Amino acid sequence: MPMRASLLRHAIVLGALAAVELGCRAGLISAQLLPAPSAIAMALYGLLASGALAADIATTSRNIALASVIAVTGGIALGVAIHAVPRLRRALDPFLASYYAVPFFVFYPVFIVLFGMGDAPIVAMGALFGIVAMIIAALNGLDRVPHALLKTARLYRMGPLATALRITLPSAAPHLMTGVKLAITYCFIAVIAAEFILSSSGLGYSIAYAFNNFETLRMYAIVLLILAVSITLNGVLRAIEQAALRRRGL
Amino acid sequence: MQTLLDRIAIVLAALLVWQGVHWLSPFALASPGATAVKIVALLQSPAFWPHAAETGRAFVYALAIAVSAGLAAGLVIGSSRTASEVMDPVLASIYGVPKVTLYPLILLVFGLGLPAKVAFGALHSFFPIALFTINGVRKLPPVYRRAASVMRLSRAQTLATIVLPAALPEIVSGLRIGVSLTLLGVLIGEMFASQRGLGFLIMTAVGVHDTQTMMAVTAMLAAVAVAMNIILLRLDSSLHRRG
Repeated sequence: MPMRASLLRHAIVLGALAAVELGCRAGLISAQLLPAPSAIAMALYGLLASGALAADIATTSRNIALASVIAVTGGIALGVAIHAVPRLRRALDPFLASYYAVPFFVFYPVFIVLFGMGDAPIVAMGALFGIVAMIIAALNGLDRVPHALLKTARLYRMGPLATALRITLPSAAPHLMTGVKLAITYCFIAVIAAEFILSSSGLGYSIAYAFNNFETLRMYAIVLLILAVSITLNGVLRAIEQAALRRRGL
Repeated sequence: MQTLLDRIAIVLAALLVWQGVHWLSPFALASPGATAVKIVALLQSPAFWPHAAETGRAFVYALAIAVSAGLAAGLVIGSSRTASEVMDPVLASIYGVPKVTLYPLILLVFGLGLPAKVAFGALHSFFPIALFTINGVRKLPPVYRRAASVMRLSRAQTLATIVLPAALPEIVSGLRIGVSLTLLGVLIGEMFASQRGLGFLIMTAVGVHDTQTMMAVTAMLAAVAVAMNIILLRLDSSLHRRG
């Protein structure tokens, strides 16, 4: 059954692509609006082979990686700290729940004013957008550590470090993985969006630049690159998360 | 009571940090006090309201489109096991993609103006609403379906009296995320290649280094977004408790 579903899914996606390709070739869709998918793929290949995008790819990857590391480590540290103080956690709950309701990107100009132009405000945007997902997931994971295990740890007189490494961390691992997945996805989205809105380097910026200069084919080639990387990355992260959940029997 | 006092303390601490940053670099950030004064001034200024109305209109249109399309797609796909297995990963993949990369395509199709913002806002929230609806319909206990067929309910009756009420808690969860993302999409749309709206107002304020207007509009948007979220969060948790 899942086999058939996956076949059908690929058929639908490929069929949609073929329909767009045919529409473009037949002139139903103007090349100024959307070039044929094959032409976009060729243009992307050309851009990658010539190294014209190398600098932007490096900038954006560095921003995303830095933001993800800050979001994941900071989110776990803050999650552990907040979990240790129940009173603080009760007070913070509504703020955590409302965090993603705020249209976060309106703060980007504030960040630019604070951190200056360059990569710092972009990394800050990404890290702050991702960190709360990680905090929420860490709290979730810590809540689900079985009490029996913690009692056992006390019986064996394990120190706090041994308890953390041998009991808490393995028990919370699947939920932490969900947090890591969300944090990286959110960092990716925030970095690209910040580069797109107001920046002078990176892949998000090159899309905006190509759009403003009517370089339609180049623009779509970069869009394709980002979509392909993002879908692959999310797929890999989801597979790791599912494997962690299955090992736990969840 | 203690929790409430703690929450007030957190808000005060945040305001204090804001004020502290203002003292460190007065030109970078308007103080909370100056921002509050500017908010009052903006609310009384006739130049502000057309922008607020533009953003509000785009938000309402985008949400209406995303909710009706997302609900319809979710109900249709969710009603069939095969369709859910086939489409769920596709929708989830598109949901996780940085939507901003698709904004140029929308601008090329719709041109500058309201329709592009509406489309971009709806693009942000259609996928979560559809995904939550599918999940809600899939989680329906089989007994409900059998009861419907025993009572010989028509398709429309089954949908109205059984499927929709049973899936409502999930649908409201999706709606809550959808409302936030619609606003986000509309505002990003206004911050790039737009001539009107609150997002445009923020970007013009940035251009002329008017940090008071920038902070005032940002603070108002955050307040409205949090208020909408609190209402939906209450509704959401009361529905989930009931179920």
